[in-house]
Amino acid sequence: MAEGIRDKVAILGMGCARFGERWDAGPEELMLEAFTEALDDAGIERDQIDAAWFGVFFDEQSVGKSALPLSIALRLPNIPVSRVENLCATGSEALRGAVYAVASGACDFALALGMEKLKDVGYAGLPERSKGSFDDLYVPSYTAPGAFAQLAGAYAARTGMKMEDLKRAMAHVSWKSHQNGALNPKAHLQRPITMEQALEAPMVAYPLGLYDCCGVSDGAACAIVTTPKLARSLGRKDMVAIKALQLAVSNGAEAGHSSWDGSYSLTTRVAAERAYAEAGITDPREELDLIAGHDRVLGIDGEGPELLAGPDQGEHPVHDQPGDRVRRGDLGGGLVRHERGVKRHHDRHEQCRGDRQGDHHLDEVEPASGGASPRGCRGTCGRTHSEPPSV
Amino acid sequence: MKERGILAFGGYVPRLRLRRETIADALAWLNPGLKSQANGERSTCAWDEDSLTMAVEAARDCRLDGLDAPDNLVLASTTLPFADRDNAAVVTEALDLPEHINTLDISSSQRAGTAGLANALGAATGSSLLIASDCRETRPASPLEMQTGHGAAAMLVGEGKQLLARCLGHRAVSRDLVDHYRSQSSRFDYTLEDRWVRDEGFFKIIPETVSALLKELGAKPDSIDHIILPTPARVAKRLCKILGVKETGLADDLAAQCGHTGAAHPLLLLTATLEQVAPGAKILLVGFGQGADAFLFETSKQIASYQPRLGVAGHLQRRHEESNYVRYLSHRGLVSVDRGNRAEFDNRAALTTFYRKRDMVTGFKGGRCEACGTVQFPRAAMCVNPECRAMDTQTTISLSGMTGQVKSFTEDWLAATPNPPLQYGNIELEGGANIMMEITDCEPGTLKVGTVVEMRFRIKAVDEKRDFTRYFWKPSPVEEQ
Repeated sequence: MAEGIRDKVAILGMGCARFGERWDAGPEELMLEAFTEALDDAGIERDQIDAAWFGVFFDEQSVGKSALPLSIALRLPNIPVSRVENLCATGSEALRGAVYAVASGACDFALALGMEKLKDVGYAGLPERSKGSFDDLYVPSYTAPGAFAQLAGAYAARTGMKMEDLKRAMAHVSWKSHQNGALNPKAHLQRPITMEQALEAPMVAYPLGLYDCCGVSDGAACAIVTTPKLARSLGRKDMVAIKALQLAVSNGAEAGHSSWDGSYSLTTRVAAERAYAEAGITDPREELDLIAGHDRVLGIDGEGPELLAGPDQGEHPVHDQPGDRVRRGDLGGGLVRHERGVKRHHDRHEQCRGDRQGDHHLDEVEPASGGASPRGCRGTCGRTHSEPPSV
Repeated sequence: MKERGILAFGGYVPRLRLRRETIADALAWLNPGLKSQANGERSTCAWDEDSLTMAVEAARDCRLDGLDAPDNLVLASTTLPFADRDNAAVVTEALDLPEHINTLDISSSQRAGTAGLANALGAATGSSLLIASDCRETRPASPLEMQTGHGAAAMLVGEGKQLLARCLGHRAVSRDLVDHYRSQSSRFDYTLEDRWVRDEGFFKIIPETVSALLKELGAKPDSIDHIILPTPARVAKRLCKILGVKETGLADDLAAQCGHTGAAHPLLLLTATLEQVAPGAKILLVGFGQGADAFLFETSKQIASYQPRLGVAGHLQRRHEESNYVRYLSHRGLVSVDRGNRAEFDNRAALTTFYRKRDMVTGFKGGRCEACGTVQFPRAAMCVNPECRAMDTQTTISLSGMTGQVKSFTEDWLAATPNPPLQYGNIELEGGANIMMEITDCEPGTLKVGTVVEMRFRIKAVDEKRDFTRYFWKPSPVEEQ
């Protein structure tokens, strides 16, 4: 009977590039920025790494296919390197590979690195892409904002919420994220915005306005993982352990079947339920200190409260109030920091580490929950704990 | 010889209407004479319509229940999208007609429609679904821009007890009077002087053809109840006098509401007439273009109980004004606009994939799982119902006739589209299929969760690099009647 990975893997080191419109940096430079910081944080040598996972989604105009770009940039010593992709869960997929390798006993040290170089596309926003040779024949040429925007109208219809109230709730999330971004030196966007700016911004895909959508950044983040035993043997006392890492992928039922009303992320709920079970969490609202929702588009960040309550919830307002656990020290939903992938795990890790100081540090961090990613690859829930596991 | 005639009919006029005043306001600086023509409005295809899509819609407007499937599908147009790809075969697929029927494209003349009709009537046996459709391109500031409209008409031609109108006779004259022409490689017509066309063409060739027909049939001109002439109204009135037919029987040329629809026009006017006509009426139908066609029809008792789904009258009422002349130009490919770098995306259609899936793409046929009853699109090996997921249980089911409701939607200003914002959403069809689809014929700001929609056959995308148009179905809001 499989027992999951709870407490089998610890994060030894993490690194993160400065996110933004990095005209100065190509994929290689971004990878190295993240990697060198992670390696230094981990306190090990490059050649101790046994295997690596490389997450890139938009490879067409950055690195192209295969894992070679990572292996070449880092001059890894012919170790196994895998390129992975799973839409917005690509970074988490890279981490999952590294974590499972260590948890299985196949590797002592494993590397996960996520990177996107989006500003070489030549125009603003995410690049157009094929949806597959059959899908291209009939699926609308939707954009990322448009894909998520559909949730909002359906949510309003289901809950009876007025669109102006939903817009206000979404604006609150963006406002909060911009506030948090200004506290993070690695964030792309450093300027707070007002609620009015969010509400009055031009429409991108109804009902999402400019500030309801994620900006497009270049960046990279990197994690080096190992067993808690090995980490302790290297002198690490305050470490962050992975309690659960769950992925739930859509099988087409949402878009193709009447059982889905279009107003929520089914796979987020499935992944959250599994992650809580794997981690032994029965009351997320009480037991979690921090939740970070996926950044991509505002509506999804509203899943924070849904993640807290667990899968079977009633109506939950799509906003967080000051003082809510979602809010406290929350850097989550960090749109502004292009809060996704490995970087999201990086930021949770930063908040959990006792030896990290700074405006966003949390004391006495209880388990924190990482966010979900949408559309086909949902609900990656990585959770961390500040106490060393008792293994 | 068995009597042959019309068993069913239908029409289609695009929803978009461009007022002639809008055209004149934009172009009077160049040609002040346009102001005198600035009456009424003309129909124009939306960016996602062409002769092929209009042909499908006209055919769908026919009521064919209770009638055998046709033996032939004949598509008549001077503006077919493909010079060499069987256009009628695409229409056959879209209409879910059997593969064994004969397909035929007729082109190259303003008489393509009436020639198709003569051909179908003249067959010894069998039935033809004849569709005439034209989406003529007209140069800005040209007389034809004002006069032309876009539209299509369809009729099932055959024999039997269910005939709505039988053909008493037909006569053609072929005469190479080049009143206008368009070469294979040109987009626009070259037109000759109106007065010459009228005097040497309309006033000579049409009476010659009609007289010969009436003489052959022993029919008196004043016995004709309805006269359909594809000429400007003034010319038509004068022709009535020349022919000796009742001017009161002259069919409205639809200039005020639609414009001249090219090869479709005689059949569009015939459809409009048949929608209102009484049993036992005699109808004279004339086509003109390097000669003339003349037909005499007589309606039967059955005509009283037939109505197309909307008909020409219904489609004329289903109207939305295109008030932006430059947008009209852009959608007709008459002005080049900067669509941004995002629109550079290479839109190649994988035609091998398309071939395998063509009944789903062109025909909009999904699957029904016989294990759980779930109707779904696309049809797949595994059922989409999360409680079922059985393998190889789906039969084929047609979805194009179903209405649906909008489950969720957005209006996307970022997506590349010729007509921003791109509207799309999750549509739940009455059979239970759920599909994310692009929405058409819908004013931005009017969509709601719950909006009721019906399916239309439209252009999905144009691969401009390889000059290939591909089609799919799109929901459009059902208008309150």
